[in-house]
Amino acid sequence: MKAVCWEGRGDVRVETVPDPTLLNPRDAIVRITSTAICGSDLHLYDGFIPTMQEGDILGHEFMGIVEDVGRGAANLKKGDRVIVPFPIACGHCFFCMHDLYSCCDNSNPNAWMAEKFYGYTAAGLFGYSHMLGGYAGGQAEYARVPFADVGPFKVPDHLTDEQVLFLTDIYPTGFMAAENCNIQPRDTVAVWGCGPVGQFAIRSAYLLGAGRVIAIDTVPERLKMANEGGAETLDSMDPDVFYKLRNMTGGLGPDACIDAVGMEAHGPHLDYVYDKVKTMTFMATDRISALRQAIHACRKGGTVSVPGVYGGLLDKVPFGAAMNKGLTIKTGQTHVHKYLPRLLRYIETGEIDPSFVVTHRVSLDEAPDMYRTFRDKKDGCVKVVMKPH
Amino acid sequence: MAVAAMNYEGRVNVGRVERWLSMVAGGALAAYALKRRDKPGGAVALAGAALLYRGATGHCDLYQQLGINRAHGNGAREFGTGVIADRGSDTREQLGGGRGIHVEESVTINRPLSELYRFWRNFENLPTFMNHLESVSTREEGISHWVAKGPARMSVEWDARIINEVENKVIGWQSLDGSTISTAGSVNFGEDAHGTRVTVHLQYNPPGGKLGAAIAKLFGEEPNQTIREDLRRFKQLMEAGEIPTTQGQPSGRKRRPSYTGTKA
Repeated sequence: MKAVCWEGRGDVRVETVPDPTLLNPRDAIVRITSTAICGSDLHLYDGFIPTMQEGDILGHEFMGIVEDVGRGAANLKKGDRVIVPFPIACGHCFFCMHDLYSCCDNSNPNAWMAEKFYGYTAAGLFGYSHMLGGYAGGQAEYARVPFADVGPFKVPDHLTDEQVLFLTDIYPTGFMAAENCNIQPRDTVAVWGCGPVGQFAIRSAYLLGAGRVIAIDTVPERLKMANEGGAETLDSMDPDVFYKLRNMTGGLGPDACIDAVGMEAHGPHLDYVYDKVKTMTFMATDRISALRQAIHACRKGGTVSVPGVYGGLLDKVPFGAAMNKGLTIKTGQTHVHKYLPRLLRYIETGEIDPSFVVTHRVSLDEAPDMYRTFRDKKDGCVKVVMKPH
Repeated sequence: MAVAAMNYEGRVNVGRVERWLSMVAGGALAAYALKRRDKPGGAVALAGAALLYRGATGHCDLYQQLGINRAHGNGAREFGTGVIADRGSDTREQLGGGRGIHVEESVTINRPLSELYRFWRNFENLPTFMNHLESVSTREEGISHWVAKGPARMSVEWDARIINEVENKVIGWQSLDGSTISTAGSVNFGEDAHGTRVTVHLQYNPPGGKLGAAIAKLFGEEPNQTIREDLRRFKQLMEAGEIPTTQGQPSGRKRRPSYTGTKA
C-alpha cells in the first residue's frame, strides 16, 4: 500500500510499504477513506518531537471502512464505517475507566521510553514517535487499529467524511480545551492560535456559554475564520496584545485563556528570540511565547487551558504569575473517546458542521507538498484532507 | 568555593569536547550580543550565557532530565544496578542476608486479587509475560523446574521450591541447593484503592565465571527495569487481555530495524 513516511526533518515521502495485518486479538484493519494532516504533525515535520525514526508512517486523524477484525473486537464487523480516535486506549485500566483515555496505562509498547522522559507513560498514539508507542499512522491506504473494540466509533452514513473526520482529534481537542476553562455564563475566553484546534475551541467556548471570545493569531485567513465563528480578533504579532486584552476586559483580563499554539510559537517579543536560540542550540525543547502570554494575560483566579502540544522542558515559564494570581492550569492530550457521543450529536443536530475548517482536498500523493504548504501557512491553508482511495 | 566545585563535579553530564564547544559557542554569542547592544542582542546574550554556564560547569539541565550523560569516566551512573533494599524480606533471609542483588518492583492492576493470584500461582503461565523465561514446569508438589533463555542460546535451568504460600497473599520460592543459580523471590498481593497491588522481591546471587556472566545478562544490566517490564506485561495481559505490540507492522524502512516494540 501507499503510506506517508517521515524521513527526517522537513522530509516526508509517499512510499510503498507492506499492507498492515492483524497482530493482536483485539486489532482491526481499516481501509482509509479520509485522513488529515494535523498541526501537531508539523511538530514531527520540524523535528521537534524526539524518538522519530526514518520510515515511520505518519497520521493520526483518519477514518474508513473496517476491512478485517480480530476475534477480540467482535463488536466491529467488516464494512462498518468508523472514525478512529488518535489516542489508543485499552478500555480496562484505571485511567480508561475514569475517562482519561489519553492516559491509558496499557497501550504504549515503549512505555519505558516515555517513563524516562515523563516519569510515567501516557497512551500510545498513532504515528507520533516511538516514545508514544511507535504505532504506524493513518496517512496511508490502510491502518492497523489496536484495541479496536474500544477506539473505532461507528458513524452514520448520512454524514459525509468531512463532517465526522475531525471527531478523531481536533474537534474533541478544541472542545476539551473549552471544557477545561470551566466557563461560566458570559465569561470572556481568549484563544491563542487560530489553527483548526483554536477554531473548534472558539466555537465550543460559545457552545459552553461564553459571552465573548477573543482570538489571537497573525494569519489573515485564520483570523477571518475565527471571526466567522463569532470571535473578536487580535494580531499576535502586535506587541500590545496584553494591553489590548486588558482594556477589552475592563482591566480584569480574560476569565480563561486557551493556548492552542504549543511548542513552536512565534511572537513579537524578545522572549521569542531567546527561545529560538535555545531550541536551536539544543538547550531547550519548546518555544513557549504563547503560553507565557496566556499566563500573563489571564485574570486572577482564572484558568489557563493548554491543548497545544509541548514536548519537554520549558524555559522561563512565568510560574510566579500563575501562583500569585491563583490560576488553574489544565492540559492534556485529548480523551477523545469520552467526547464522541456528545460531539456526534452536535453534528447530527446541525449545532456545528466541522467541515468548515477544510481548505485543501488532495490525494495521498500530494502529502509532501501539503506538509510544506501547511507549515508555511501558504495558499490559505488551514486544514488538509487526503483521500487515499 | 571548594564545596561548590565538588558539587558540580558530581553533576557533570556533558562530554569534554561538547563542553569546549559550548564555551566557544557561548562566547561567540556573547561577543555578538555585546556588539549589537539592542534588545534581540540581549536575548542572544542570555542564551550565550547559558551555553557558557553549561561549558564551564559541564552540567546541562536538559540532559539531566532526559537521563543523558555524555561525560565519560566520572563514574556518575544514575540509573544503575539493583538497589539493596534496606527493609527486610523473606528472600534475603533465605539467601543468608544481603548477598547478591535484590530487586523490588510493584504494579497496580485493575483486576480482582484472587484472579491475579490464581494466574501467577500456576507457574507455567509466567513465561507468557516474563520474556527471559522459556518455560516453567511443575515437577512435584511444591517443586518446579525453570528454564531461562540465556545469551548465545545458552539456556540456564534450575529447580525451585515454594517456601512460603498464603493463598491470595503471598508466594515465596527459592532455588534448591546445588542449583546453577542461587535465587529466591516472593510476590505479594494486596488490595489498593486503585486495584490490586502486586509486589515482587527477587534476589539472586550469580556464581562466578562464564555461567555467572550469562545469568547476570539474563536479568539485564538493569535488573529493576527487567522486572518492571515483566510486571508491566503481566498488568497488560490481565487488564487488556493482550500485550501491545508494533512488531510486524509496516514501515518505510528498507533495512534498518525499528526501535523495539517491547523491552526485554
